[in-house]
Amino acid sequence: MDFNMTPEQQQIRAEIKRVCKEFPDAYWREIDSKKEYPDAFVRKLSELGWLAALIPEEFGGTGLGITEASIILEEINHSGGVATACHAQMYTMGTLLRHGNEEQKKRYLPKIAAGELRLQAFGVTEPDSGSETTKLQTTAVRRGDKYLINGQKIFISRVLQSDLMLLLARTTPYEEVKDKTRGLSVFIVDLKENQGKLEVKPLDLMINHHTNQLFFDNVEVPIENLVGEEGLGFRYIIDGWNAERILVAAEAVGDGRWFIERAAKYASERIVFGRAIGSNQGIQFPIAQAYAQIEAADLVRYQAATKFDRQEKCGAEANMAKLLASEAAWAAANACLTTHGGYGFATEYDVERKFRETRLLTIAPVSNNLVLAYLGQHVLGMPKSY
Amino acid sequence: MNVVVCGKVIPASSVTIEIDSNTKRMVRKGVPHELDPAAASAVEEALRLTEKHGGTVILVTMGISDATIGIRNALAMGATSAVHILDEAVAGSDTLGTAKILAAAIKKQPFDLVICATESSDSYSGIVPGQIAYFLGVPPVTFAKEISVAGSTIIIKRQSESGYDLIECALPALVAVSSGINEPRYPQLKGIMAAKKKEIKVYTAADLGLAPDQVGENGAREKVLTVGRPAKRQAGKVVTDEGDGGKQIADFLAEIKVI
Ligand SMILES: Cc1cc2nc3c(=O)[nH]c(=O)nc-3n(C[C@H](O)[C@H](O)[C@H](O)COP(=O)(O)OP(=O)(O)OC[C@H]3O[C@@H](n4cnc5c(N)ncnc54)[C@H](O)[C@@H]3O)c2cc1C
Ligand SMILES: Cc1cc2nc3c(=O)[nH]c(=O)nc-3n(C[C@H](O)[C@H](O)[C@H](O)COP(=O)(O)OP(=O)(O)OC[C@H]3O[C@@H](n4cnc5c(N)ncnc54)[C@H](O)[C@@H]3O)c2cc1C
Repeated sequence: MDFNMTPEQQQIRAEIKRVCKEFPDAYWREIDSKKEYPDAFVRKLSELGWLAALIPEEFGGTGLGITEASIILEEINHSGGVATACHAQMYTMGTLLRHGNEEQKKRYLPKIAAGELRLQAFGVTEPDSGSETTKLQTTAVRRGDKYLINGQKIFISRVLQSDLMLLLARTTPYEEVKDKTRGLSVFIVDLKENQGKLEVKPLDLMINHHTNQLFFDNVEVPIENLVGEEGLGFRYIIDGWNAERILVAAEAVGDGRWFIERAAKYASERIVFGRAIGSNQGIQFPIAQAYAQIEAADLVRYQAATKFDRQEKCGAEANMAKLLASEAAWAAANACLTTHGGYGFATEYDVERKFRETRLLTIAPVSNNLVLAYLGQHVLGMPKSY
Repeated sequence: MNVVVCGKVIPASSVTIEIDSNTKRMVRKGVPHELDPAAASAVEEALRLTEKHGGTVILVTMGISDATIGIRNALAMGATSAVHILDEAVAGSDTLGTAKILAAAIKKQPFDLVICATESSDSYSGIVPGQIAYFLGVPPVTFAKEISVAGSTIIIKRQSESGYDLIECALPALVAVSSGINEPRYPQLKGIMAAKKKEIKVYTAADLGLAPDQVGENGAREKVLTVGRPAKRQAGKVVTDEGDGGKQIADFLAEIKVI
């Protein structure tokens, strides 16, 4: 067991910190209040190659592991930023990399690595099939050398900030498949070519997250944009889940560290009743408790990431990391808000913003209840609820 | 054109500098280090020149093992390779000793131009570049705010009080650049990964043909006798303006013989 970072990992952390310094609290606060996309930040990261970390060298990336990628995202959130704005550009291509054919990889990956093409939208969730992905109803029907897509999706993020979207759609009716996980397929949808056929309706949320409702009206996808085999799409997206969970866990750890640092500082400085509020156990202990939770979650995150990078099975660890880290970040968020009293609600302290942002990580990209169901049913072998 | 950059790796800007009361030296061990921002500008300038005219950029640094992180940073920015003078024997060198060691290391590298930062950000004596030039036997050009190259000469805009002097100088030469000369680039992720494969040559004083009594504390002709905090400033004189504020100030300045 080695708990030390490699020199490259240390350097990656230090460099990301440095880049993030250019985008201070005020930047994120303004973006949040105007509900804008942090375009300048994402462009800067792209230019410096950070979002191409996971793309293999042969396709123009740096071919780093999930451990390094997770450090990048952690430090963005730790600095006060929001990695969700750009994390998908980093990992959505994973499905293409693992299951796409050579022609598709050569066509898209180098441009994604260079930041010329944005592939950071993945359309899975539907109004009538939320957590139960296998019930999704959007259809892809083959007509000659095309598929025609019809149906609707909800909560599909960054569609307006993407050139390409990966889409999970039904190619065989639910009633006709014996194995419920079959009958779904993954497609690369060119968003520019389908204007008019794909309606994108932005959703207004409690956080600044560019997510949308999508309506497909005979959206055309050429057959060469089918990823892998028809009918195996659900399996392909499951393959991407572990990576996503580890990365989200790291973002939560970053949030947690931000909350703990802000809380500890404020608790030591704010004087009430003639003493620093942090000397009261009612303030100090929740911060210390959340700190311990963050550190514990972080270890599981590195265990999951290490196993992932060694290509070992890591479903249990990846899920636990996401569960523990998002809960720990939420505990830290609450401690931080309590510590700041009324000032915690003032936007200029950024606590309320981060508080809203970190809450998402317990729900999306997968709800913690479903993580518990996975642990209970797939790891511990208890009866299924679904 | 081959460029050698002399750059220091120093305690990070977040570190509060402590002085060891016994050795009177800055405490360097065990604190986070970074490439001196002034040195980063020197590296940047070298990269811009070689990107235009071809050639190599070699970073030369004298420092403890913690300096590796800053060396990697220069390599990640794009420097070709690095030289690290790493030796307990050189600890406590004065500026002359430092320059002697650096010059000996530079002589082992291919170079047409040596770029230094005018002064380091931690000790900032500003003496070392001139001394290196002396040991190398090349002309020193200081306070450069712009460098351009034409064949085997360089043209430098040298910062002056009223503007700048234009200086032409034959290569090989040494240029000390001003801090605002450029905005150093951030390393790209690819640069960081490529840096792993770049060479860092490690030299001791002996490797450079320098005897133990020529370097380090033993070789230093300068001795630091004491180190202390600057005396607390006296409270200033507050002038309350009741119509005669200007006269009061003028009288005060006359009293201390400023006017
Ligand atoms: C900001 C944001 C961005 C998103 N971005 C994307 C995106 O880019 N692409 C995409 O495809 N999706 C996206 N989503 C959707 C997200 O993945 C889903 O919201 C999430 O998976 C939960 O689905 P749901 O909202 O339909 O909840 P539901 O499935 O309706 O569940 C509601 C609640 O019931 C619980 N529940 C359901 N079944 C069980 C059970 N068996 N046992 C215990 N509890 C259960 C759930 O855990 C949840 O708490 C995003 C969501 C948000 C909020
Ligand atoms: C607290 C303290 C204690 C000291 N103790 C002693 C002592 O005991 N005995 C003694 O003789 N001197 C001592 N010194 C002086 C110290 O050794 C010199 O400061 C040092 O040699 C380098 O000088 P500088 O950083 O001021 O160089 P500057 O002249 O300011 O540096 C200008 C440029 O020269 C180059 N350069 C300088 N140093 C290096 C390097 N190491 N590697 C690569 N390039 C470099 C860089 O380009 C740099 O930007 C002490 C200084 C301090 C602050």
